[in-house]
Amino acid sequence: MEILVCVKRVPDTSENEIEVGSDGQDIDRDDLVYSVNEWDNYAVEEAIQIVDKVGGKVTVVTVGDDESEEVLRREMAMGANEGILLSDDAFESSDGKGIAAILKAAVEKGSYDLIMTGAQADAGAGQVGGMLAAMLDQPYASLVNSIEVIDDKKLKVGREIEGGNQEMNEIQMPCVLSIQTGINEPRYVGIRGIRKVASVDIPVLGASDLGIDSGSVGNAGASVKVQDYFVPVFGDGAEMLEGSTEEIIDKLIELLKAQGGLK
Amino acid sequence: MTQIFAYITHNGGAADDTALELAAAAKKIDAGAAVTAVIAGSGSDLDAVCNEMAASYSEVWKIDNEAMAYPNAEIIRKALVSILPADGIVLLPHDTFGMDLGPGLSIKLDAAFVADVVDLEGVEGSTLKLVRQEFAGQVSTHVTCDISAGAVLNIRPGVSQPDESKSAGGQVVDKSGDAGDLSVVRKFLEIVEAEVGDVDITKSEVLVSVGRGIEDEDNIEIAQELAEAMGADLSCSRPIVDAKWLEKSRQVGTSGQTVKPKVYMAMGISGSFQHLGGIKGSPFMVAVNKNAKAPIYQVADVGIVADILEFIPELTEKIKDL
Ligand SMILES: Cc1cc2nc3c(=O)[nH]c(=O)nc-3n(C[C@H](O)[C@H](O)[C@H](O)COP(=O)(O)OP(=O)(O)OC[C@H]3O[C@@H](n4cnc5c(N)ncnc54)[C@H](O)[C@@H]3O)c2cc1C
Ligand SMILES: Nc1ncnc2c1ncn2[C@@H]1O[C@H](COP(=O)(O)O)[C@@H](O)[C@H]1O
Repeated sequence: MEILVCVKRVPDTSENEIEVGSDGQDIDRDDLVYSVNEWDNYAVEEAIQIVDKVGGKVTVVTVGDDESEEVLRREMAMGANEGILLSDDAFESSDGKGIAAILKAAVEKGSYDLIMTGAQADAGAGQVGGMLAAMLDQPYASLVNSIEVIDDKKLKVGREIEGGNQEMNEIQMPCVLSIQTGINEPRYVGIRGIRKVASVDIPVLGASDLGIDSGSVGNAGASVKVQDYFVPVFGDGAEMLEGSTEEIIDKLIELLKAQGGLK
Repeated sequence: MTQIFAYITHNGGAADDTALELAAAAKKIDAGAAVTAVIAGSGSDLDAVCNEMAASYSEVWKIDNEAMAYPNAEIIRKALVSILPADGIVLLPHDTFGMDLGPGLSIKLDAAFVADVVDLEGVEGSTLKLVRQEFAGQVSTHVTCDISAGAVLNIRPGVSQPDESKSAGGQVVDKSGDAGDLSVVRKFLEIVEAEVGDVDITKSEVLVSVGRGIEDEDNIEIAQELAEAMGADLSCSRPIVDAKWLEKSRQVGTSGQTVKPKVYMAMGISGSFQHLGGIKGSPFMVAVNKNAKAPIYQVADVGIVADILEFIPELTEKIKDL
């Protein structure tokens, strides 16, 4: 089975506190630690496990800048066989549709039975997978948390729905699936693994290689644009307990007693 | 002004809570708009929902087809593409169904798409101004959306005050005949219900809930000890279940359990909307987090900036000494 997994390089929220930059036009990107989007890492692991079972090849692809190459290498160290970097100044500030259109052009240069994306990335959109599927006229299932290969044309996939329930579907390939966390346990990638793939060639494709009209993607082609960033304010906010740890704990225990929190 | 449609999800003959939230969201786009509810399904359940919604929407478009007895997003997308005008604004809930349907629908309608909208700030010309969040609620953004070719907007559940006025007096229009070819290659098979665990956290009065801030499987124990000292049960956020440190039945959130405790202790939890969506009944919420700007402080009653790995054992000791 030929599997393509779309991955994105994002600021790692477990390593960073995300703050609005001084001009409000972006988050403060100085000193951010980046990694592969959490959901995408599960997707790559799933692809590797499927290929281990039924044979085939896993390709990872990303739309990004030069630095995005590092996430492709990381996923190749995990076991993906090939990487493709889609990079062009014209791709900058694309909206979800733009990203999906760029990925579609790359998909059409290959021949994939199965395409996977993460359920969502750093902006919490969860849009690229469904858009890509519709552009390719392929069936789509989102929030997939189990995949069983039935034969070379069909998959049985579980979708995670509300309340921890699972919606089982049969889906024909070629298809696009967006992968939910928890579907597997992504393997650990050590520094040695990364070193092994350090010199593997990763092709870089731009707008003209992909036959994309520059005006249809990037900021020029975007119908959805982020105007500014700000710190959200909802509700009244918490009463912050301050003082020494002793004082804080005494106050907290008092409050918990009053609220019936201690039995 | 473009026509506004609200897609109504329903279950067992009753509309979802989001149905009236979408009516309110539509009013924020255009206060005077006559909003059309679109409801797909089959049989008497569908009729019941259509009649219920006619009180709140000026028109209800009913799409009745046996193939839609279960809301398979691929089938419903096909029907909507046949029935909806090309340049309308379509509102969907940003839940597991809306996430399945919205992005692809926008492509097929050749319309703009905005996911997980938390607020709407009106239209100027052909530009709609919206509010979203990024990085699990750590920052918000103002977003503009060009609606000249129509738009599909996924609205976050629970953020709009439902429009309870029920003063629309709308009529139900049967659009079933316009749905077109509904054949798809993704077939719904069955629902597998969530497994029942050793504790039922939906019944707990006091919950000590741990998130990714607990850092390591071995540290779960300190949270368990605090829960025991307090006479509470232990629950968690999703990453803890993904890592298999606790059972799925202990996960609080939209894709886990809905809890209604009196007291909720959020330890090392950032406060994503999917997590908070599983906490009902406004419990007394205590948040302990090492990031003073964590979004959880906006909804908690009491906040403490601390490292939970140090704070929890100290709190446990003090409680044991009472
Ligand atoms: C469709 C869908 C459904 C979902 N359903 C759910 C759901 O049901 N339930 C759910 O919880 N999530 C759900 N999620 C995931 C959700 O989006 C978040 O990713 C998740 O809630 C984050 O969990 P967290 O707060 O524990 O982790 P994080 O967001 O990583 O936050 C960890 C927090 O711990 C703090 N911290 C770190 N170390 C320490 C320390 N030593 N001491 C104190 N604080 C510390 C950090 O400052 C941070 O605020 C869902 C996502 C999707 C896409
Ligand atoms: N720049 C990108 N390059 C490759 N894949 C992407 C990119 N952006 C998003 N994706 C894919 O789409 C998924 C959902 O992202 P989003 O729609 O942005 O929330 C991600 O998990 C990736 O699989």
